[in-house]
Amino acid sequence: MEKWKGFQGNVWKEEIDVRDFILTNYSLYEGDEAFLEGPTEATQFLWNQVMALAKLERERGGVLDMDTRIVSTITSHDPGYLDKDEEKIVGLQTDKPFKRSLQPFGGIRMAEVSAKAYGYEIDKEISSIFRDWRKTHNQGVFDAYTDEMRKARRSGIITGLPDSYGRGRIIGDYRRVALYGVDRLIAEKQKDLRNTGLRSMSDDVIRAREELNEQIRALQDLKQMAQSYGFDISEPASTAQEAFQWLYFGYLAAIKEQNGAAMSLGRTSTFLDIYVERDLNEGRITEKEAQEIVDHFIIKLRMVQFARTPEYNELFSGDPTWVTESIGGVSEDGRALVTKNSFRFLHTLTNLGPAPEPNLTVLWSKRLPKAFKRYCAKMSIESSAIQYENDDIMRPEWGDDYGIACCVSAMRIGKQMQFFGARANLAKTLLYAINGGKDEKSKVQVGPNYEPITSDVLDYDEVMEKYDQMMEWLAGLYLNTLNVIHYMHDKYSYERLEMALHDTEILRTMATGIAGLSVAADSLSAIKYAVVTPIRDENGIAVDFNITGDFPKYGNNDDRVDRIAVDLVKRFMTKVKKHPAYRGAKHTTSVLTITSNVVYGKKTGTTPDGRKAGEPFAPGANPMHGRDTKGALASLSSVAKIPYSYSLDGISNTFSIIPSALGKSPEDQYQNLVGMLDGYVMKKGHHLNVNVFRRETLLDAMEHPEQYPQLTIRVSGYAVNFIKLTREQQLDVIHRTMHAMM
Amino acid sequence: MKNVIGRIHSTESFGSVDGPGIRFVVFMQGCVLRCQYCHNPDTWKVNEGIEVTADEILSEALSYKPFMDASGGGLTVSGGEPLMQIPFLIELFTKCKEQGIHTTIDTSGGVFSGEPHFIERFETLLQVTDLVLLDLKQINNLKHQQLTGKTNDHILQMARFLSSHKQDMWIRHVLVPGISDDEDDLQELGDFIATLKHVKKVEILPYHTMGVYKWEKLGLVYPLQDVQPPSSESIKQAEKYLRVESYN
Repeated sequence: MEKWKGFQGNVWKEEIDVRDFILTNYSLYEGDEAFLEGPTEATQFLWNQVMALAKLERERGGVLDMDTRIVSTITSHDPGYLDKDEEKIVGLQTDKPFKRSLQPFGGIRMAEVSAKAYGYEIDKEISSIFRDWRKTHNQGVFDAYTDEMRKARRSGIITGLPDSYGRGRIIGDYRRVALYGVDRLIAEKQKDLRNTGLRSMSDDVIRAREELNEQIRALQDLKQMAQSYGFDISEPASTAQEAFQWLYFGYLAAIKEQNGAAMSLGRTSTFLDIYVERDLNEGRITEKEAQEIVDHFIIKLRMVQFARTPEYNELFSGDPTWVTESIGGVSEDGRALVTKNSFRFLHTLTNLGPAPEPNLTVLWSKRLPKAFKRYCAKMSIESSAIQYENDDIMRPEWGDDYGIACCVSAMRIGKQMQFFGARANLAKTLLYAINGGKDEKSKVQVGPNYEPITSDVLDYDEVMEKYDQMMEWLAGLYLNTLNVIHYMHDKYSYERLEMALHDTEILRTMATGIAGLSVAADSLSAIKYAVVTPIRDENGIAVDFNITGDFPKYGNNDDRVDRIAVDLVKRFMTKVKKHPAYRGAKHTTSVLTITSNVVYGKKTGTTPDGRKAGEPFAPGANPMHGRDTKGALASLSSVAKIPYSYSLDGISNTFSIIPSALGKSPEDQYQNLVGMLDGYVMKKGHHLNVNVFRRETLLDAMEHPEQYPQLTIRVSGYAVNFIKLTREQQLDVIHRTMHAMM
Repeated sequence: MKNVIGRIHSTESFGSVDGPGIRFVVFMQGCVLRCQYCHNPDTWKVNEGIEVTADEILSEALSYKPFMDASGGGLTVSGGEPLMQIPFLIELFTKCKEQGIHTTIDTSGGVFSGEPHFIERFETLLQVTDLVLLDLKQINNLKHQQLTGKTNDHILQMARFLSSHKQDMWIRHVLVPGISDDEDDLQELGDFIATLKHVKKVEILPYHTMGVYKWEKLGLVYPLQDVQPPSSESIKQAEKYLRVESYN
């Protein structure tokens, strides 16, 4: 085929196999960043326009424009542009930039409240259609929830559940659109449809056939949407610009139909580099033009927006979309998957300035080329906008063509999806164990009515026995709650386009999660090594604790307490696995709390580690603020002990350091940051957010947000625009352990 | 030499400024000097701190080995004055070298002496020491005495000793406005350093006030109350006098 001219290999031509295409055709780049080009005039013009719109949006209270009449589908809107003549990559979610689309399939109430919060009102007819005629995911879930599930949800022992919003965390293999063209993808799906079910109409076969037809229609719609922009994407892309454009159309179609909590992009840079290399070799484009295409693509990804409630933004911090792009990594045959495009993508942080999205994620391996490692460290120090994940521990689990969804969830691209499960609050569960299932805040009997602990001083063995029972209850309730949610999400808000860009046979994971790990571990350590006396209220519920004596704290590389944290993760995962998951999903868990650690903390009473009621938890798997006193590596080493094999959905760690603590000269700083990342990876740590900034900068940004429109910081698993955080979250970030050393 | 007990103040797992690469820094307890700008006055008293064995320190250091290896780092003993506990250092460093850990001593040289007993132990220590960070605080003997409470004779003697023993070293000078930034002194110091061999690096450490709170906590009066950190201009000047560039 003419469009594949110059590409090697056959396997990928005969079957849908993007990985094979990449491994057969990519050009490893081991040089440094000297080849990179600055922004073109068109790039600067477009980006200034975006910055101006963002400013206007902030001035208008957070939303510039919102659709209240047109329900967003792949084909619902006329084409929209920033500037049609200047854009190398086109396509917007609606017909205008910064106009948020209306997506009621997750839940009409959420859509209404989101609109209302910003002074808009959903069209009455639309409201009534989704209230009276077309049931949503949210209604489905609440039809099936038991009383116990509702109570647990309300009390916050399980929380952040995707039962009223899109679950997200599914990555379509958008590269397939560019490599194969949509017609081929449709043909493959039609073939699968013909091979699905032959008079054996069981539930799963019926569902599969219905879903395949949904997928085929979505692909047809995708073609139609591209057509409206003047592109025929039925055939493969023939140039780099087309490849970026085709791929982006695939992604755009997904976000037009799904307002998922995380709408991640996948692992596209090295794939796209193959097209750029071909064009460069054939003299079709220059390096300047190649960078321009990348910059314009990234501008589009930075503009992704959804209509969400202020509460949602409070839970997730800022207004995140998690357009996660995974860069680098190493192939199973030992070659680094680093190309010039890996550099070009990171270089957008220079050309366009730092930004939280797309969520640039470097898959770190000890075997990445030196120059690339150094460049990553340099960009981290300059922008704080990169997160790192351990390719050396993920590759054995997920191969060499996985991507990160959201913050830390690895999945084979186009071959695997997850059922996002938010998280269970292990700190609160400990209080339930002490208080016999009664909630320490509402005093309601939420958990089972077990015997509370009545002794004056908490006894470690007694607490562990009761904690284990309470965790057993929680794991069962939690997993079954997730089963309800995902059954209904499939039924009422199926991700037809994203799933069309998956194999028909896929692996599903049921991704549970843990919140409050460090609080729970330190609490148990206090009970074991110090003397903890509960102070009980008139209902006999422990509402405060007297702690006498010192105790080891998680985050100091002290096995006495680190082992407790490890045990909690293993224990929880083991219990979760006892309960069958919807659609035969594989059980996983994560230690990840985004910055919802602030909200979870609010919902949890005083804990035996000395944390007062309402105070934030540490984010993700981080040690509690200020309790790690032996320096950064001690803290990293504690977190690295949490075993990835028991926490396959990821273990998040956020690390903040002032520049001078990394070393004296810039070169020292790069070398030490690379050393830190290499060391963390070798110690089998999973994920690291790296923030390099001064406390004074953040304090100043709190007072003068207008001067810091692009100040980006990393919080558990993703980046946010600092000035979009609530004041409470800003303070939390500033108080969080800043590693400084004299 | 089994189970020598060391007295330490604390450890820092991520040291990035006391030797090359990422370093596990052990702050030893006890010092003979009483420098007016000391940022660790809590390490002065010899009878305080925590007792540890070399094995305890080694096992913690080993857990950071991947970080050291990746960054070209190692272990640094600082303080306090580490050379007050040479037998402990010999045991610790011997074990570090067995495990392939790069060893560094951060010292002011304040306890150096020509006594055969000291020299014998010190030579043993140097055999397992990769790098010495030597603080030369003040070349002018009178000013040195005012600043630290001791003369600098034996400190300069130690520098020469290290030089003749082919010991790699970094020379460091804390630059304090009005105390250790006099042009003539700096010139003289630069001349002195130039006579030394095996100097791999010369560093200016700009005076900072981040340790002042410790003085207050200890109920001590901070003698340099009104001194500000040096300007970047005067740091550059000092670097010129000490010929910093020529050692890199």
